[in-house]
Amino acid sequence: MPKSSKTAPAVAERSRLAVRKTYKLYVGGKFPRSESGRTYLVDGDNVALASRKDARDAVVAARAAQPKWAGATAYNRGQVLYRVAEMIEARRAEFAALGVAPVEVDAVIDRWVWYAGWSDKVAQVAGGANPVAGPFFNISAPEPTGVVGVIAPSSLLGLVSVIAPAIVTGNTVVVVASNPQAAITLAEVLATSDVPGGVVNILTGRGAEIAPWLASHDDVNALDLSGVDDAGLATELERAAAGTLKRVLRPVSGVDYTGDPGTGPMTALLEIKTVWHPKGF
Amino acid sequence: MFEYAPAPESRSIVDLAPSYGLFIDGEFGEAKDTFKTVNPADEQVLAEVALASPEDVDRAVAAARRAFAGWSALPGSERAKYLFRIARILQERARELAVLESLDNGKPIRESRDVDLPLVAAHFFYYAGWADKLKYAGFGSDPRPLGVAGQVIPWNFPLLMLAWKIAPALATGNTVVLKPAETTPLSALFFADVCRQAELPPGVVNIVTGAGDTGRYLVEHPDVNKVAFTGSTEVGRQIARSVAGTGKRLTLELGGKAANIVFDDAPIDQAVEGIVNGIFFNQGHVCCAGSRLLVQESIAEELLSSLKRRMATLRVGDPLDKNTDIGAINSAAQLARITELSEIGAAEGAERWSPPCELPDRGFWFPPTIFTGVTQAHRIAREEIFGPVLSVLTFRTPAEAVEKANNTPYGLSAGIWSDKGSQILAVADKLRAGVVWANTFNKFDPTSPFGGYKESGYGREGGRHGLEAYLA
Repeated sequence: MPKSSKTAPAVAERSRLAVRKTYKLYVGGKFPRSESGRTYLVDGDNVALASRKDARDAVVAARAAQPKWAGATAYNRGQVLYRVAEMIEARRAEFAALGVAPVEVDAVIDRWVWYAGWSDKVAQVAGGANPVAGPFFNISAPEPTGVVGVIAPSSLLGLVSVIAPAIVTGNTVVVVASNPQAAITLAEVLATSDVPGGVVNILTGRGAEIAPWLASHDDVNALDLSGVDDAGLATELERAAAGTLKRVLRPVSGVDYTGDPGTGPMTALLEIKTVWHPKGF
Repeated sequence: MFEYAPAPESRSIVDLAPSYGLFIDGEFGEAKDTFKTVNPADEQVLAEVALASPEDVDRAVAAARRAFAGWSALPGSERAKYLFRIARILQERARELAVLESLDNGKPIRESRDVDLPLVAAHFFYYAGWADKLKYAGFGSDPRPLGVAGQVIPWNFPLLMLAWKIAPALATGNTVVLKPAETTPLSALFFADVCRQAELPPGVVNIVTGAGDTGRYLVEHPDVNKVAFTGSTEVGRQIARSVAGTGKRLTLELGGKAANIVFDDAPIDQAVEGIVNGIFFNQGHVCCAGSRLLVQESIAEELLSSLKRRMATLRVGDPLDKNTDIGAINSAAQLARITELSEIGAAEGAERWSPPCELPDRGFWFPPTIFTGVTQAHRIAREEIFGPVLSVLTFRTPAEAVEKANNTPYGLSAGIWSDKGSQILAVADKLRAGVVWANTFNKFDPTSPFGGYKESGYGREGGRHGLEAYLA
């Protein structure tokens, strides 16, 4: 039985009893408890401990949300991401109370703004007309790969730095987060930012337990292993992902999330579609 | 035709002051001389506006120069956030600005509300996102701003043209002095207030109102590094001459005489809608208007009868009425020009037709008009009328259509109507025009570059390509 780290103040000091937050999962735009009924203790809070079934439910939710999200205009997706930045700005105190440094919250907000701006530009940078040697109109444009399973880094900035580039282009994600309170607070931001339910699904729990199920899931198109520290586990997951030829983002050791992310985090989760059409009378 | 009850948009959302000064260095200031701007729908004075003198322009350019060092040195991500703020404020104040635009310009509220303002906000949103991504835009690894941009815009889409000019200039780190058109200065002055609401640093955006002389003084100012002009080809030529030898960068978006080509396999009803949109949108005050209809001979009769039937349903009148399709002509001078060219069209032998259409007693109005039997030699087939007047020509083969479409000194836009994709693309390849619409017309998007070939100007606005005009 885990011991609570919180020590109770004496009765006399209590003027008003605070109402505590229940940290649950974020799946399909709702906040369910783990179907397993399990919780684990993080910094004194009982946090939902996601199971294999939760992961599978989250994939179903992500798949259901994906076509509509990808079908929204890039302009619309950009505005939604910008709205996320607006909402975090308003909740700075909440993140601060969870121990996220103000400078990190700044970076998190700016990261959302940076990706908001990419929504209607990534196709202009990653696509283009191809001068084929024949009477054809030929154009290549990126499309989202689909549902992305993400094992997220532990910092809030790291978490945002893997979610935003995946969803900005129209992917939906199932994220296993190892910083549950900050991650679920972020989920509350997303739930109030016009991000459609199911676009981002956040599971709190043990990466090593959930990740293999995402890696081998037939309806997951890509796997981001950024938050996997154990090289052996990363290799195992990559091997499992090979079963459905998922696109895999390998973990990079010592990555600095404060730097310019470049376009790589987006383009790794894009498919390029090339359309040919004849020209002639 | 159904009778429609009046559905006027309230003008109470716009709080107009009796007079407006110049916006220089973040402050509104007086000028010695003023002029009046009127509502073209009823000729009532809307406000008095400052007439910027050369000294005023000097002050504005000096303010922009002072602001340049700090603005260009800001991290792109910070400039981005200013532009996002501006975009958001424009979204929040969209209805107010739409009504204002319709009051000062005469365009139907349906267009200012559903086209101009959404595009204005979207343009700022789009370029906001570029501010911290310039090294990814394909113009080198360290693109630099040019300095102070002198920008002169026309009266047909006042706020939208402002957005096309200011958004990319600011995103790339330039500062601007902008002169709105003499007949439509108000939305630019309201935009100055938007800049203040966004707490944009003083001097980054300066608005000088005035007429042609003010504009000339601005573009010829020695401390301006970049000139951007949208307007007539004639003024464009003068500007190109005056900029010669100065080293200033120049982009010009000028006139047009677009061909709208309808092939015999085109869906007729859809084409008719496109033709109507192409020439009657914004009273035809559109540089890329589809003002020359080229119809394949075999379907000309059928198409024209559909077109006339459709034109008879167009509602001309109060710009603030939500049912209005065609609003007021922007000024007495423009009305005179449209009237003169139309009279020349009839005198040269083309057949003129307008639907029965009651025009208001006051204000500047012109009925939707088509000319049939037009030849390529007619002035109404060669000159930009910039009004709701369509010249109809016919062709027999695709080659003839291309030949006729390109037989103009202009090259801004073109339309193609056909069910055959390969034909559309083959014709598009051969058209000397900067924007080609296929089975649609007059579509605009901040991500999509716009600009002309030949004497329709040079440089592109919008899209990734629009950044190039403001980068060294």
